[in-house]
Amino acid sequence: MYSKEVMDHFRHPRNVGKMENPDGVGKVGDPQCGDEMIIYIKVENNIIKDVSFETYGCAAAISSSSMTTEMMKGKTIEEVLQITNKQVADNLGGLPANKIHCSVLAEDGIRAAIDDYRKKSK
Amino acid sequence: MNKIYFDNNATTRVDDEAIKIMNEYFSSEYGNSSSAHGMGIEALETIDKCREKIAAYINCEPSEIIFTGSGTESDNMALLGYCHLKKPDECHIIVSEIEHSAILNTAKELQKEGYGVSFAKVNREGIIDLDYLESIINEKTKIISIMYANNETGAIQPIKEISEITRKRNIVFHTDAVQYIGKGYIDVKKTEIEMLSASGHKFHAPKGVGFLYLKKGIHIKPLIFGGSHERKIRPGTVNVPYIVSMTKALDVAYRDKEKNTKYIAGLRDTLKTGILDSIDNIVINTPNNSVYNTLNISIPGIEGEAMLFSLSEMGIYISTGSACSSGDSKPSHVMTAMGRSDLEAHGSLRLSLSKYNSQDEIDYVIKSLKEIVDRIRKISPYK
Repeated sequence: MYSKEVMDHFRHPRNVGKMENPDGVGKVGDPQCGDEMIIYIKVENNIIKDVSFETYGCAAAISSSSMTTEMMKGKTIEEVLQITNKQVADNLGGLPANKIHCSVLAEDGIRAAIDDYRKKSK
Repeated sequence: MNKIYFDNNATTRVDDEAIKIMNEYFSSEYGNSSSAHGMGIEALETIDKCREKIAAYINCEPSEIIFTGSGTESDNMALLGYCHLKKPDECHIIVSEIEHSAILNTAKELQKEGYGVSFAKVNREGIIDLDYLESIINEKTKIISIMYANNETGAIQPIKEISEITRKRNIVFHTDAVQYIGKGYIDVKKTEIEMLSASGHKFHAPKGVGFLYLKKGIHIKPLIFGGSHERKIRPGTVNVPYIVSMTKALDVAYRDKEKNTKYIAGLRDTLKTGILDSIDNIVINTPNNSVYNTLNISIPGIEGEAMLFSLSEMGIYISTGSACSSGDSKPSHVMTAMGRSDLEAHGSLRLSLSKYNSQDEIDYVIKSLKEIVDRIRKISPYK
């Protein structure tokens, strides 16, 4: 049911954990529905210097979070805002139809983290 | 990789004796029980013997057993069949909140047709609240359907007490005994039950065969129409090999009951203790009074599908009440009815054992569960 990439990111998720003193935090999802994702970012000169996540959810939610953080690293704010849920799913070798919402969650997570960063840095 | 199958409330491996006898009825005794010739008569006699045996196990008359294709069919036959002989505005139905979807969705269908339907509540242990049940009965209540034992938690319901309530008020009592038959003794006379559903594949018979016990004098409308098989209540060529196999599986289940109860209950208790000793913050969802093979736990903060998937990769097969596993947005209705929080419901796991499981498997599952929980808790914001 899941691709090799999903399984790899689920088994060995990258960038896991809470971040000390992040510049932005995005919290999305709802534990009531069985998923919640928190993305932490550190920004230097408009570039995502560091990123990490904590996710409560299924294998697809965890691997989407992991893939998203990998895709964000080293990019500018403007670039990460261009990341779409479809790109996340594609990089994971596709997601089953009923799990697409997990990649949407990841995309929402990026926006929430950037929003928070922009608010804080005003 | 070895398969460690801990999902015996979903289905079971077919018993060797049940396979052996079934095969004879595929290749040599394959007559149609409706045929007038010798092979037909033999098939009919075989079916009658099966009917007698099964009737004896639940203490009813052979003529009160109707063979069906599944537990779901038996449930539909009981509820739809009974209600469709009554007018919607004159018939109120009660089912419990923790019923299998075969009953819940049938009741909801009747609701759409205009029948009154109420849902009996359970307490935190997942056991029917009898006071509440009595409070929702009204003068139009014609039938109450409450399962013998719950498929998710194994909780055995107060069937005797419910039957006393239905007796007193002259209400028909149907029970879905799919998870109980073969594991516990049933006596539909002592505990007055009018209808009872069973399914073979939960007690080591093949999938696709079950039965409905329908007490003499209770009338139901058939779901399908055709020949005169099964007293015209369930037409269709009688599935002789599967019925023979189901009967053998039930024979074996009751023949070996004491031995298997002790063995499987022992495994389950070691599993429970092992999990509680090695993993923090476990919620036990299976009450003391439960079928002996079932253990339902919640690991709050870990989504069940992630757990199920990780275990499956290690060759361990279980099930979960999380929404994500079924593609639903809501977690298990049983967990919700029991007042479990969202995190507890999404993190519920059911491990259901059989005689084919071993102590080595229990040890391996405890160890694997701990490893996976430790790994996934590191990822989760809820530790």
